[in-house]
Amino acid sequence: MARQNWKRYRSVKSERLQKCSKSNPPSPPFGKGGKGGFPGGKQYKVVKPFIIALWLSLLFLPFKGLNAALLFFIIFSVLFLFLKFLSPYKIIFTSGLQTFGKKIHDSFFVTRYPSLITRYALLLLIFIIPFLARDYFIDVAILAGIYIILALGLNVVVGFAGLLNLGFVAFYAIGAYSYALLNTKFGLDFWSALPFSIGLTAASGFLLAIPALRLKGDYLAIVTLGFGEIVRLILNNWDSVTRGPNGISGIAPPSIMSISFGKPSHYYYLVLFFVIFTVFITRRVHSSRIGRAWIAIREDEIASSVMGINTTLYKLYACAFGAFWAGLAGAIFAGKMQFVSPESFTFMESVLIVCMVILGGLGSIIGVTLGAVILVLLPEILREVQLYRMLALGAGLVLLMIFRPQGLLGGKGVSLRG
Amino acid sequence: MFLQQLINGLTLGSVYALIALGYTMVYGILELINFAHGEIYMLGAYLGIIFLGFFTAIGLTSCNLPLALILTFLLSIIFCSSYGFTIEKIAYKPLRNAPRLSPLISAIGVSIFLQNYVMLTQGATDKVFPNLFGIAGFQFLSVRMTYLQLFIILTSIVLMISLRIFVRKTRMGKAMRAVAQDKVMASLMGINIDTVISTTFIIGSGLAAVAGLMVAMYYGLVNYFIGYVAGIKAFTAAVLGGIGSIRGAMFGGILLGLVESLGASYISSEYKDAYAFILLIIILLVKPGGLFGKAELEKV
Repeated sequence: MARQNWKRYRSVKSERLQKCSKSNPPSPPFGKGGKGGFPGGKQYKVVKPFIIALWLSLLFLPFKGLNAALLFFIIFSVLFLFLKFLSPYKIIFTSGLQTFGKKIHDSFFVTRYPSLITRYALLLLIFIIPFLARDYFIDVAILAGIYIILALGLNVVVGFAGLLNLGFVAFYAIGAYSYALLNTKFGLDFWSALPFSIGLTAASGFLLAIPALRLKGDYLAIVTLGFGEIVRLILNNWDSVTRGPNGISGIAPPSIMSISFGKPSHYYYLVLFFVIFTVFITRRVHSSRIGRAWIAIREDEIASSVMGINTTLYKLYACAFGAFWAGLAGAIFAGKMQFVSPESFTFMESVLIVCMVILGGLGSIIGVTLGAVILVLLPEILREVQLYRMLALGAGLVLLMIFRPQGLLGGKGVSLRG
Repeated sequence: MFLQQLINGLTLGSVYALIALGYTMVYGILELINFAHGEIYMLGAYLGIIFLGFFTAIGLTSCNLPLALILTFLLSIIFCSSYGFTIEKIAYKPLRNAPRLSPLISAIGVSIFLQNYVMLTQGATDKVFPNLFGIAGFQFLSVRMTYLQLFIILTSIVLMISLRIFVRKTRMGKAMRAVAQDKVMASLMGINIDTVISTTFIIGSGLAAVAGLMVAMYYGLVNYFIGYVAGIKAFTAAVLGGIGSIRGAMFGGILLGLVESLGASYISSEYKDAYAFILLIIILLVKPGGLFGKAELEKV
């Protein structure tokens, strides 16, 4: 009796299961087929690229008129069809990008010996650039060096300690203006003004951090952004000291024993010296007790405070230490340009520095250096299509975040909790 | 003088509040600072100029001004909402489960892209919005208020009230609140998260479009970088009120407008843009969650 019942139960159950699976056919593999008001997966699959293209060109329509929108539609259709055609190979593309990043990463950190030659070749190339290149290119290289120092400084704050700072340019500005003022008003030369301007910048980083560190995550980001704007507005409006939008000109370039670093090739070596100095110090600090404390705070603040780290104090150190490098970069910048004005210190600069850090890979010193070099060189290479380069930068940032959010060389899964 | 500045501040503040609503709604649901929101506002202003120009060209403006205005508003709302929807689909949706910093950088990328997109297609010079209302207004107790100011304040109030009703009373509003509280739990209850997020972006962008159009009317000049300053100020307003709180965004926006206009007339107009940030820093230090925000407890 019981046995019969059991049999009947099983047959009913399997019948029901079959019914279920019949009434709910497996969804088509493409997208989330049939969802979002497009029933009939297969047809939709064919027209989807056209629908997206039509949608995007309709959005474009009011800005440039009908002809341009039509052109857009055709371009987008071709592009999406092409992408759709390629979509089975998409995995190859993304994994290719990943392995490319990993390869560079490995060549610097894992496989030490085979890449030794390329490494020394690269180093040699960096040292002899002034003999090979035109003055214009040397200027670009100097700018790249300044941005490397800045990005490494921001990397301390964002990459090591995990505090997002969107107003980093403020410290850069303080460094540049303090050297400019000390030089033009008090007649101090570069080397005697440098400790003051760096000290002032580090102190301002420390002072800003005291109130700001009570906040977390996005609030911290927005307060630092506000600080950056306030500093720029003060520089722009405090005419009696900063000469407002006109800026300060006639800043003396640094010199050693009456040999001035006025020429680009000379200045290049000065910047190179400072870049190496920065890389060396930040690497040492990164693996020191303080650096490890920062990383612990970044990964889990509560756990690290349980382990006995004074989190507030170490975050303060991070802010001051990051600002320190911005001050150095600012002073070098002022000495190079011999002119400073508030225009050089806008929010876009902050964003650019953040992008350098992200592009290279949060927390990775080599990566951040590479990111800075790329983002300085790219606009120079793209000078022909100057109008479109910011457009490309914006789109590139979005694509980078989608396809490789950890940056080119960051591989260790840095999490930012704030 | 004081009352006059109060009126000006109220006008400005209600515009900030409208933009801040978009920020706060998106933040409440995705915990993302949508940097591109300011650009949506800028697009709204530009689209207004474009469509009004179009209607003038076909002669609708001269024969039926209110109709042309209503159509302009509707079209730019529709287009801005589509922009918001598309931006979310392209730039934020793939990053839904990424670390916090990734969508923020993506948003900055979108913002840079849209700014340059408008600059390339519309030119880098100022655009003039035709002066339709003139400076007609009325006098009340030595205070002059133009009809345009009245229009801006009233429109904002109506929109805010209807948003509140939408969020409180409708099914979609309920779903939004549920998603803001707990995404996973809401999806287990059968709420389609993607739809809710898209709706949030559509509504927020629509409000920003209205704000952009009204500011274009008010100041008469539009530039491709107005979105950045307005966006940051509106975000400040949202943080002031406690981000994630709709009521907070309204009060924060109006407070910010008042502080700015009073500060500009009584202290110094050169630092007009700095007051917002100074106010923000002070309030966050005293009350880190904002005026209406709840202090968050961190769970281990």
